[in-house]
Amino acid sequence: MAASTQKVSRYTPQEWRNLRLGLIFVSPWVLGFLIFTIYPLLSSLYYSLTRYDLLRPPVFLGVKNYATLFFDDPHFWNVMYNTLYYVGVSVPFGVAVAFLIANLLNSDVVGRSFFRGVIYVPSIVPAVASAMVWQFLMNVQYGAINGILRYFGLPIIPFLSNPGWAKPSLILVAIWAQGAAVVIFLAALQDVPRSLYEAATVDGANLWHRFRNVTVPLTSPIILFNLIMGLIVAFQEFTVPWLLTEGGPMNSTEFYLVHLYRNAFEYLRMGKASALAWILFLIIVSFTVVIFRSSARWVYYGGDK
Amino acid sequence: MTSIASENRTAPAPKYHYDSGRRWQTFLLEFAKYAILIPLTISFAFPLYWMISSALKVDSQVFTVPPILLPYPIHPENFIKGWQILPFTRYAVNSVVFYTVPAVVFTVLSSTIVAYGFSRLRWPGRDTMFWLVVMTMMLPWAVTMVPLFITFKWLGWLDTYRPLVVPALFSHPYIVFLLRQFFMTLPEELSDAARIDGASEFGILFRIILPLTKPALAVVALFRFLWAWNDYLGPLIYLRDENRYPLALGIEQLSRRANDIGNFSNGIPYLMAVSTLVALPIIVTFFFAQRTFIEGISVTGLKG
Repeated sequence: MAASTQKVSRYTPQEWRNLRLGLIFVSPWVLGFLIFTIYPLLSSLYYSLTRYDLLRPPVFLGVKNYATLFFDDPHFWNVMYNTLYYVGVSVPFGVAVAFLIANLLNSDVVGRSFFRGVIYVPSIVPAVASAMVWQFLMNVQYGAINGILRYFGLPIIPFLSNPGWAKPSLILVAIWAQGAAVVIFLAALQDVPRSLYEAATVDGANLWHRFRNVTVPLTSPIILFNLIMGLIVAFQEFTVPWLLTEGGPMNSTEFYLVHLYRNAFEYLRMGKASALAWILFLIIVSFTVVIFRSSARWVYYGGDK
Repeated sequence: MTSIASENRTAPAPKYHYDSGRRWQTFLLEFAKYAILIPLTISFAFPLYWMISSALKVDSQVFTVPPILLPYPIHPENFIKGWQILPFTRYAVNSVVFYTVPAVVFTVLSSTIVAYGFSRLRWPGRDTMFWLVVMTMMLPWAVTMVPLFITFKWLGWLDTYRPLVVPALFSHPYIVFLLRQFFMTLPEELSDAARIDGASEFGILFRIILPLTKPALAVVALFRFLWAWNDYLGPLIYLRDENRYPLALGIEQLSRRANDIGNFSNGIPYLMAVSTLVALPIIVTFFFAQRTFIEGISVTGLKG
């Protein structure tokens, strides 16, 4: 109450009216933020300190869930390795591929919107549908890819049935669905003023120099954006590994969210699942922070941004 | 401009050599460009082509080496037969009536109001609060998944679509963000004139701003439609009763049946046929609204 009377003196009656009106308009978000973000965030922190199977009331354990995960659960470290492998390869590689495709499309290409459309569509097709096709395509016995390999007398690839191949295979599927990043990059590239390229050419810059010294710096904020968004999505990849490999073979594609889902909704270990969720949350936050910090060194913000 | 002219004047002699080398370079570059782009595009298109072409085959055309690229004779009846193996019409009704439509309507309506408050009204603390909205865009949904499930279970909402559509009433940060970007581009005088005429803020939003931002509404409605139509994890968590399944869970169910070899023949063609039918609304919408899609995606990134 005291705080609010202090504020009365700070704001004019008009500002008060504006504040009230503004809050009325954004109130759906404020309520949603409290109900669907803040409350779950805090309650999952609480559940992560308990054993809870939904049937009996939660039993308080302290940090036991975390301690067990870190020190007494080799499976957890395996899941962590799988996830970091998947994120560490698919995100940088995916962003690089998307950036290169966008650069190709940004040069004067005949039928640009056709190419762009074909590359974009896989990213909006239902993941369930694309998982079905990829499972079929990558099948060892009757998959089209191995059918083609066999026809040419090449060795077949056990895409989804070999622990060494399963992760790269899922990364391939993820990169296939990178079309949105391509479109974002292409839009950014089209915003780079032509005059800069012309000026660089006049100064004797070759293609690589122009790419390195004009294209990359001017689109670096978008590279940052795609890296971070890609990271957040890749850490939480679920549908494709769940449908394609169900975490197998030999747990080689048991990624973080697959593991979390299993614990929460198959084994009903809500406490352990919440601890897993909080660990993931902290990992994602720290990765994001590190990338943002490093971005000061490699991201170029022009005068107007 | 002047520098180009001066460069041409200073070095006239080697110009011919320079130019022919350059022409070669340009030719090679053009060639390399398409030599990369065309195979790349074919590989991007191939899986979906394979889905559609396999949907038109029978088992004897599926299990062949080399794979049959152009199926003949084709079996379009797979689309009907595959659809009838499980109650896909009911799944489609569930997807549309109980999930997609309410999710789109609720999200767009609530997010419009919220975005208006964050862009066309001036009030103390607005930008700080908007910063929070942007932060929640980056919040991993995995953290809220478990406690929300517990809450919705406690409310007795399991096996209903309420956990999936009720949150849409409270706006979506990403869509608020997009709409705000659009609202900000409209001149302030527009609102001021209406305010002087005594219009309320809700009146200004619905009578002046919204008619001017129809393309933006189309963009966000399209994206929300996409998320709901494609959602798999949400229904997987909340829906157990098969009668309430949306299409995404129906496809998974069909794949389980089809993978038990011997259950019925043409399992893969049927699975591909139904997957095609479920992906089709998306592909067709993209075909007709390509510009809307591209515009929406581009605006997303351009803020950085």
